[in-house]
Amino acid sequence: MAENPIIRLEDIHKIYTLGLTQVHALRGITLTIERGEYVAIMGPSGSGKSTLMNIIGCLDVPTRGRYFLNGHDVSQLNDDELARIRNKEIGFVFQTFNLLPRTTALHNVELPLIYNGLPGSRRREKARQALEKVGLGDRMHHKPNELSGGQRQRVAIARALVNDPSIILADEPTGNLDSKTGEEIMEIFDHLHAQGNTIILVTHEDFIARHAHKIIHLRDGKIEDIEEMSQSVEEKR
Amino acid sequence: MFFWARVLEYLRFAWDALMANKIRAFLTTLGILIGVAAIIFIFTLIQGINKYVEGEFANLGSTTVYVSKFPWVITGNYFELRNRPPITIREYRALERYATYPRWMTPVFESMRTIEYRSKTLESVYVVGCNEQYTETHNTETELGRWFTASEVRSARPVCIIGQSVKEELFGKENPLGKRIKINGFPYKVIGVLEKKGSFFGFNMDNQTIIPYTTFRGYTFNRRSITIALKVENPDDLEPMKDEVRGILRRVRKLSPRESDNFAINQQDMLTDFYRKLTGTSFLVVIIIATISLVVGGIGIMNIMLVSVTERTREIGIRKAVGATRKQIMFHFITESLAISLVGGFLGVVIGILAAQVPLKYMHLESGVSVGTVLIGFFFAAAVGFISGLYPAYKAARLNPIDALRYE
Repeated sequence: MAENPIIRLEDIHKIYTLGLTQVHALRGITLTIERGEYVAIMGPSGSGKSTLMNIIGCLDVPTRGRYFLNGHDVSQLNDDELARIRNKEIGFVFQTFNLLPRTTALHNVELPLIYNGLPGSRRREKARQALEKVGLGDRMHHKPNELSGGQRQRVAIARALVNDPSIILADEPTGNLDSKTGEEIMEIFDHLHAQGNTIILVTHEDFIARHAHKIIHLRDGKIEDIEEMSQSVEEKR
Repeated sequence: MFFWARVLEYLRFAWDALMANKIRAFLTTLGILIGVAAIIFIFTLIQGINKYVEGEFANLGSTTVYVSKFPWVITGNYFELRNRPPITIREYRALERYATYPRWMTPVFESMRTIEYRSKTLESVYVVGCNEQYTETHNTETELGRWFTASEVRSARPVCIIGQSVKEELFGKENPLGKRIKINGFPYKVIGVLEKKGSFFGFNMDNQTIIPYTTFRGYTFNRRSITIALKVENPDDLEPMKDEVRGILRRVRKLSPRESDNFAINQQDMLTDFYRKLTGTSFLVVIIIATISLVVGGIGIMNIMLVSVTERTREIGIRKAVGATRKQIMFHFITESLAISLVGGFLGVVIGILAAQVPLKYMHLESGVSVGTVLIGFFFAAAVGFISGLYPAYKAARLNPIDALRYE
């Protein structure tokens, strides 16, 4: 029996109503992402890539169409059900890091586990392991404002990893970093992929997208082209 | 166990948030602090006074009634009261003859008199004329010597029992027993010294002297109203005794059924009731003030929580993105609101109790701090915190994570 794809989108539409005008952000996206894939979503601004990311990340639901995550239909879930899915299945990495200020790196990484209801000691242990995985074992008790941009993004990646999600969803993860640090962050993603994680990158920068194995080009709310990379950056090295 | 671990987690969130805005949190909770402090202050104060007053009233004895011209708590027509005939020895004799319920009874003649011993003079001593049963009706004992006997009363022996202050003033360290003193010029022999009484509402109860009423000058034709104290042995006899006493007095005074009583049958609980009413009113006033303060405090908390929710929109977005449910966000902000108000409540309890010590000390009263008082303080604080946290928490819980994450 073939394993369920991790993500299956069937004819996804998203329509926003802004006052009297309707914005048709997504116009029928059909897409399958298999477990362990490394995918980049590209497109100019206004192409609908943020909307698509929000839907894949279960931050939003489609107006029409069906979304199967791990074989379960999540397209019509309510707020709290979506929150549970986000907690267990999805790890977010944002362009602006989105760490809680005033709390230590360790506590930031613990956050998804707190909402998962994991007891304190196991939680700290898991958070520590996640931080070590991104090479921040020695910065656990630092607050975000005591860390560099690259380190902050590593904390965010640790937070995304800590609950062993089905997918890691990174929205312009290098957008706020200089290119050298950005490269370092991308190496972490490559490494995570090599360990079997499913990674979806949203970016408008070609050289970032090149890290992925598959690039989905969006334009005007539709998939314009799916580019299969014969060889990713990671393998070229 | 699991639940408490989680509560602890939210408390930690709340504490971090408060610590990030210490001054703001303190100012916000000031209203709660004042409200709770006011409530605790008055509770502590009144409980302290209660303890004292109830102790004092207990001296009156709950199985004793006091027949006198006026009721202790005057509610009726003043002129009607003024025109009442005095209670005299005649009423006492009637009760002595006909009343069956009282186990002990005594007439009580009172006046302020001058007492002399050798060259020493004591002005305005409270002199009581009564019979030997006064010791039972008024729960009073001698510390030295003895009480006078029924036969001494009958034969009008000039004997007296002096209070502690009288003894100290007139005799110092000298033994007063057997000594002769003069009460308004008439000689009396000291046969006993009363036990220490202390004060009753500021009146020095030790500055008194007790003599057989038969030696009380002019007791048979005295027009000044006296008191008749009657005591039952069994508390169940109290009400029948009151009915009986009332019937006898009405008969003696030849009151027609249409006329109302022209005497009063007083009892300890009249005073306690009156006192309760009095403190009840001041209670009410303070509760109203405190409630206003708590409501204002609550509005303050709600306001600051709304500001906090807006300021932390992005944080809420992050929390939601990593999987916080609406309920969890709600819980988070309500805990925070509770934490603010409970800090105020705690400080209010402490300040209220401390502040109440000043007047209590001044009145020489014991403090009446009780667990109940403290719980009341915390209860009010928690209630206000919870109620004012509801709407901001609801608003936070309903935020759309996408918009919240984008919020600058």
